[in-house]
Parts: sequence; C-alpha cells; structure tokens
Amino acid sequence: MEEFTDVFLMVLLIVGTLGVLYVNNLFVATMLLGAVSLIMALIFVNLDAVDVAFTEAAVGAGISTVLYLGTLALVGANEKPRGKRSPIPLLASLLVGGILAYATLDLPKIGSVDTPVQMSEVTERYVYTSPEEIGVPNMVTSVLASYRGFDTFGEVTVIFTAGIAVLLILRQLHRRREDEETPGNPPFQKVKAEGSPHDLVPHVVAKLLIPFILLFGLYVQFHGDFGPGGGFQAGVIFAAGFILYSLVFGLDNLKKLIPVHFVEIILAAGVLIYGGVGVVSMLKGANFLDYNILSADPIAGQHLGILIIEIGVGVTVTAAMLCIFYGFAGRSDELEKNNGE
Amino acid sequence: MFFEHYNYWIFVILLMIGLYTVMSRSNLIKKMIGLSLFQTAVFLFYITLGKIEGGTAPILMEGEDVLYSNPLPHVLILTAIVVGVATTALGLALIVRIKETFGTIEEDDILRMEDEQK
Amino acid sequence: MNALFSQAPILAIVIPLMGAPISALFRGAVLPWAIATMLSAASFWFSIDLLVHVNTVGPISYELGGWEPPWGIEYVVDPLSAFVMMVISGISTGVLLYARESILKEVSTDRLGMFFAAYLLALAGMMGITITGDAFNIFVFLEITSLSSYVLISMGERTDRRALFAAFQYLVMGTIGATFILIGVGLLYAMTGTLNIADIASKFDAIAHTTPVRAAVGFLIVGVAIKLAMFPFHIWLPNGYTYAPSIITAFFAGTATKVSVYLMIRFIYTMFGEDFSFGEIPLTSMLMTLGVIAFLSMSVVAIFQDNLKRLLAYSSVAQLGYMTVGIALASEMGLIASITHVFNHAIVKTGLFLTVGAIFYMVGSTYIKDLAGIGQRMPITSFAFVLGGLGLIGVPLTPGFVSKWYLVQAALERGDMVGYGLTIAMLISSLFAVIYVWRVVEVMYFRPAPEGAECKEAPLSMMIPCWIFVIAIFYFGIETSVNIGFAEAAASFLMGGAK
Repeated sequence: MEEFTDVFLMVLLIVGTLGVLYVNNLFVATMLLGAVSLIMALIFVNLDAVDVAFTEAAVGAGISTVLYLGTLALVGANEKPRGKRSPIPLLASLLVGGILAYATLDLPKIGSVDTPVQMSEVTERYVYTSPEEIGVPNMVTSVLASYRGFDTFGEVTVIFTAGIAVLLILRQLHRRREDEETPGNPPFQKVKAEGSPHDLVPHVVAKLLIPFILLFGLYVQFHGDFGPGGGFQAGVIFAAGFILYSLVFGLDNLKKLIPVHFVEIILAAGVLIYGGVGVVSMLKGANFLDYNILSADPIAGQHLGILIIEIGVGVTVTAAMLCIFYGFAGRSDELEKNNGE
Repeated sequence: MFFEHYNYWIFVILLMIGLYTVMSRSNLIKKMIGLSLFQTAVFLFYITLGKIEGGTAPILMEGEDVLYSNPLPHVLILTAIVVGVATTALGLALIVRIKETFGTIEEDDILRMEDEQK
Repeated sequence: MNALFSQAPILAIVIPLMGAPISALFRGAVLPWAIATMLSAASFWFSIDLLVHVNTVGPISYELGGWEPPWGIEYVVDPLSAFVMMVISGISTGVLLYARESILKEVSTDRLGMFFAAYLLALAGMMGITITGDAFNIFVFLEITSLSSYVLISMGERTDRRALFAAFQYLVMGTIGATFILIGVGLLYAMTGTLNIADIASKFDAIAHTTPVRAAVGFLIVGVAIKLAMFPFHIWLPNGYTYAPSIITAFFAGTATKVSVYLMIRFIYTMFGEDFSFGEIPLTSMLMTLGVIAFLSMSVVAIFQDNLKRLLAYSSVAQLGYMTVGIALASEMGLIASITHVFNHAIVKTGLFLTVGAIFYMVGSTYIKDLAGIGQRMPITSFAFVLGGLGLIGVPLTPGFVSKWYLVQAALERGDMVGYGLTIAMLISSLFAVIYVWRVVEVMYFRPAPEGAECKEAPLSMMIPCWIFVIAIFYFGIETSVNIGFAEAAASFLMGGAK
C-alpha cells in the first residue's frame, strides 16, 4: 500500500513539474509549484522526515508561493511565447540527467539497513547516543542544534542575509511621512475607511484565527525538542500570522503594530542571540557553541543552549519573513500611490 | 531494479525538468521557478538516503528495537530549504527591480536593450 | 599558546559574521564603515597569527560545539587554508580602507549599514569556506557568500541599471553551481556515510571505482568551475565585475574566484587524492585544455573591450586559466605556481580595480574612450595604473613574473611536447596582455584630454590604499620569500601530508 501511495505521489510530482514547464500563465505555474512542494512534503512524511515535511509545506508551499504571487502582482503574469529554441538547454539537461542516472547504478537499494549511510558511526551516535548525551528525544533537533549547530548558525545567517538583501534591493522609493496621518487616529477607523462591508467575514475570521496562529507558533517553537518543529518552523508560522493580519487589516496597520525599524532590530538580534551563546561558551573557556559548559550539568547545559539558539532562530526567521513581506508589499503600495498621483 | 531505485529516478527526472526550465525559458520568473524545482529535486535525493525500510521518524519512542530513519539528511535538507527560500526571495526582489528599470522581465528583451545601450 | 589564540580559528570567521548584524543596526555612513574596517582588520590579524602558527608548529583542528569530528563540524587550519585566509582578509581590509569616499558616490547613502553588513557576510562566508573541514559546511558558507555577493553586485544599479540583470544572471549560475556541489556532497555521503572531508578522504580509495563517486567528482568539479568562472562557465563574471560598485569589483576580483581555486585544490588533492584525480580520471588533460583555452581566448577578448572594468574582468578569467593549468600539471612546482598566483593576482587585480575606482570617482566613466588625457589630469592615479598593469603582464620585479616563472618551470619539468606547447602558449598570452594594457595606457597618456576637463586627483583617502597595493606589488615581486615561502609550504603539505 505504501509503495502504491509513493508511486501515485511521484507520478503527480512529475505531472506537476511538466505543467510548470509548459504552462504560459505564471499564476498557474506558481500554483503548480506550490502543489509540487506540497506533494513533496507528503512524500517526505512517507520517508519519515517529518521535520522536513513540516518545513517544506510551510516554506515551499506557503512562503514561496506568497512571494511569487507578490512578485507577479508587480510584474504581470504572462510569459511571452518564444519562437526560436536552442538545443543546448535540452542537451545539457540530458547530459546532467544521464550522469546522475549512471550514478544511481551503484547506489545501494533504497531503505536497506546496511547502506554506508545507515552503518556509519556518525549515524549510530546521532541515533543511539544522542538521547543520553543531549537529552532531547527529537534527534533532528539534537543534530541540528548541537552536533551541527554551526551549520544552523550559518543557516540563520543566510536568512539574515536574505532579509537585508531584500531591504537593500527593494529600497522604498519615498520615506513615508508620519505627519501625513492625523495624530491620535485610532486604527479601527482606518480599517473602516479602507474596508468594504464584504470584508466583515475575513475580519472576524482573522481576529479569531490570529491568536491561535501565534499560539501555535509558540508551541512549535518550544515543542521542537519533543516533536517536529523548532525555531525555523515557528518563525514562519509567526510571520504568517502577522502577514494574515496585514492582508486583512492593511499594511499600514501592521507597520504601526510592528514598525520596520523594529523588525530590522530583531532581525539582527536573532543572529546575535545565536552567536552570543557561542561567545558565552568561549568566554567560559570552551569552544564556540559548546553548550556543555553553560551549566554544571552537561545535559542541562545542552538544554539551555538549544533553547536559546532556537529562540534566536525563531526571532530572525520571523523578522526576515516580515522584512521580505514589507519589501514586496510596500513596493506595490508605493507603485499604487505613484500611479495615483 | 526499478523499484529499488524508484525515488532516485524521480529525482533525476525532476532535476532535469528543473534545469531545462532554467536554461530554456526566457521569462525570469519562469527561471526562478525552474531553479526552485531543481533544488527541490535534490531534497528528495537526500531524504531518500536517510530512509530505512520499516523505520520511523527519528524521534525517540518507548520500547526496544525501534528502527529510526537517519536524522542527518533531514538536518541538511532543513538548511537547504532555508537557503532555497532565501535565494528565491532575493531573485524575486531583483526581478521586481528589473521590471521597474527595464520595463520587461523577458531575458531576450533585456539582452537586446543592453546591446543597444552599448 | 594563550587562551585567545586557541580560539583564533573561529574568531577569524565569527568576528566578521557577527559584525554584520551589528553593522546593519547603524544608520549613517561613517560608523558602519569604521566597524567593517576594524572587524576585517581583526580577522586579518588572526589569519596572520594562524598562518605563522601552522608554519612553525603544524596544522590546527578546532572542534565546533566541542564535538569531535566526524560527529561535529571541524575547522582545519593548515598551511594552505591559512594562506588563503590571509589573502582574503588582507584584500578585504585594504579595500575597506579605500571604500568610504567611493561608496558614498556610487551607492545610495541610506542603509549603508546594511551594505557593509552584506560586505562582512561575504568576507565571513569566504573565510568559512576556506577554513572548514566539513563538506556540507562548505555549501552553507558558499551560500552566505553567494547571497551577499548577488546583493552587493546589484548595488551598482545606481550607476548602471545593468547591474541588476548581472546580479540576476550570477544568481542563476551561482545557484546551479552550489546545487551541483550539494549533489556531489550528497553522492559522497551516500557512499561514505560521513561529511567530514578528512574522513571522506580516508574512505575514498575503497569506493573510488563506484559510479556514484565518479559522478560526485564530476559534479563537485563542475560546481566549483562555475563558481570559479572557469572557461566555459565564465559568462557571469565579466557582467558582474563591470556593473558592480568599484570597491565590490576590487574585493571580489581579489577574493571570490580565489576561494574557488582553493576549493578546487582542496577537492582534487585532499579529498580525491592526486592518484585518483590524475591517474584514474583524465583530469590533467581536461583542466589543462580548458585552462589554455581560457588564457588564450580571454586575453584576446580583453583586447577588444571598450570598458576598462570589463577588460580587466576578462583578464581575470584569463589569469584563472593560469591557476587551473598550475593545478592540472599535478606537480609540486605547478601547485606552487597556482598558489602563488592566487596571492599575486589578488594584489595586482585588486590594486588595478582600486585605481579604476579612483578614475571613475573623478571622471564618472570607465569607458576607455573617456579616459583620454587622464595621464596629465590625474598623473598619480595613472602612474599607479601603469605599475599595476606591469604586474598584470608579468614584467620582472613584479609578482606576476614570479608566478609565471614557476608555471613555466613546472611546464618544462614535464619535458614533453605538451610542456613546450604550454610555455609557448603562455608567452603568446603574455603578449596579448601587453597589448590590452598598452591600449589603455596609450589612451591615458597620448590622447589629448577633451576641452574643459578638470585636472584633479582622487581624494587622499582613496589614493593611499591604491598606492599601498602598488607598493605591495613591487615588494612581493622583489622580496618573494613571503609569497613563495608560504606557497611552497602549502604545496609540500598537500603533496606529502594528506593521503
């Protein structure tokens, strides 16, 4: 049965990607890409990678799709049909595919127990020793936050880079002048002014949903030790809650709630929190990111270290997603204003 | 033979379609989508490496003799997914600016305009 | 060994890495620049410390998180990685000293904090790639470097909108290259079950004949070749270098491709081992062919460029050809030539791009036709360019000569027709270099300046760093014990030590 689902999902995957390739409407292509990501997440669940599935669903099917849609709103959704086709792309892809197909010949059978990957001393320790050594049931969290914690520091830096990159590239055309707004104007009046009666349902639903989204974000943040989740997924969920708020109540209201400058500060703060743990362990005389030294009891030290760095991850991811959202959404607002003038 | 390497074949096909999309399409958004597909294919490859037949997700459970799939590829791919979305965000931001300054997001047109500018 | 020094390997990376978010917090122009310069200098200081240490005491392994390899990530400082780190952080510091005036003119003044944050991230990323002993960690730091380079290149849009498209092209190529490296690492992981480079190397021979490993070698080499702008994957480089802000071009010309050369050496010598790379698979002939085509064809292409920055960019692709050939010769002499050339070309090219930046600052253009009469209007800058050009050609007393001398010796060592052919090809390519440098000098000195052109030098804060590089060119051309000495140590370590 499992094999059947696998085959079925994979066929869907191929159909989806071919659709992406051939469809000329970019909206459709984007939605298909989101679907492909979602199917991929299901396949990851089948392959026991629940953390990855969670992230792929949140990022590939969620955030990425939002980004693409935001971009399409700015640049238009039709691909120009093309006359001439060069044979080079096809040949190059076939060559790469051919080499990979050749590579798979000697790869061990999928799922067998005696592959080099499963027999490795590395795997052994991660699976059998980590629960005692680190005291965290979710081995993915142990490896991610402790054994390979430096990679994760790099990952946070990548997200930070993306945040400042989008801010730098999509620099706002004009500085928004605060004095344009009437001082002391309560936000709900603005909502009324912007919205139409049809917005009532989304407003109510959003008001009901957002607290739960944020609560769920907190749960994912702090439950990562025991089940799938952690700072990254939590950050995405958090950002999604705020983005939903902005979609329903308007970007300006979100900016009042969380000013751009504040987002920039917490974007940097997350990286510094993460790195700060490393600095503290260095000051205590151990190596960078060695959590054992953080407490008299190594297991408690590991717990403390993982808790703090996961907060760092969550903070930076939330801030970076908001930065990126502000960059794109702010852009369309500005364009509208410019066109209006 | 076929089923033993089934996931790998899918990985190869996805990767080829992704790479072909990047290289053959002139629309910059289509290129970014192709790039995303190309990266997603690699995720499948890594995750497949960690799978054990009859295993379960690598979260400690009660009881002896539980077989866990390998957590390491999962960790690596978590990082790779993050890198992927960061690249997407940056690429799309560039596309927005390209549209604003060149007025088009078709590579052919941009290259023609660049030639004229010289 | 005191407590601070025992942390030097991580400090050299983490100082710029954590400096980035700090710099991003500051508004204004001066403070972020000062922070970036100081942190880059600190990183440079630790790199020198490490270089001296490994050459007297021996290689260092630093366990991140206190986890011993292969379970944790390991930093490995050996004569080669320390040397390359010294080059990267040194070039970065020199460029930053120069950056303040230039950046105010070329990049929008708001959010300079973030601009310098991106700069520091690029620096930290390259340092991280160099020092790490973990295959997947290479990928992570490669992406930090790449993402920050895309945005830094796109910042040239204020001067020329084509910077945006150049950055996008680089993003597509760079992502494909990085993903190829990811595939290669994955295939090796599938066969070895480890990500630690030394661990992979120790298991490599037993599995070298399997198809995944052979494919992995291909993917890693091609992935690095894309990042290295090796012919025929070089197309992104000339556009990127031409439209990026001046200091970014100068910074990347001296560092980014050098890191890729380093990775190529690391993969071929440390991971695969030279017996496999040059015995089992025909890497020598492949790399040598591409290298020779690169330095011959790209030198010719450089001659016909009308933009000075683009001319120098093509010249960079040609120079990378020399380094590839040095690796392909598979001898200690060849390696010395390549490693020395990494150092030599870095200071020569960065120096040249800095003088071009000074010219752009005053003239507002880098098109060769607009440089007429610069020799009279900006004599000090122009003279710096001429001296740098001599270094590029490889005139005796410049470091360019030293590395080419070693490369010729390595070629002749083979004692066959290929060796002689290579020597002749290098002579021809150097002749082309004379032509393209002369073309610029001729316009600078022997064409009359347009009427009403102002006669002024660039600010002192830009001229002094330029001249530091020019003096360094001649210092290291005459007193070769530093560059050759460390390169020899690195080469003999690679040939003898590992494997």
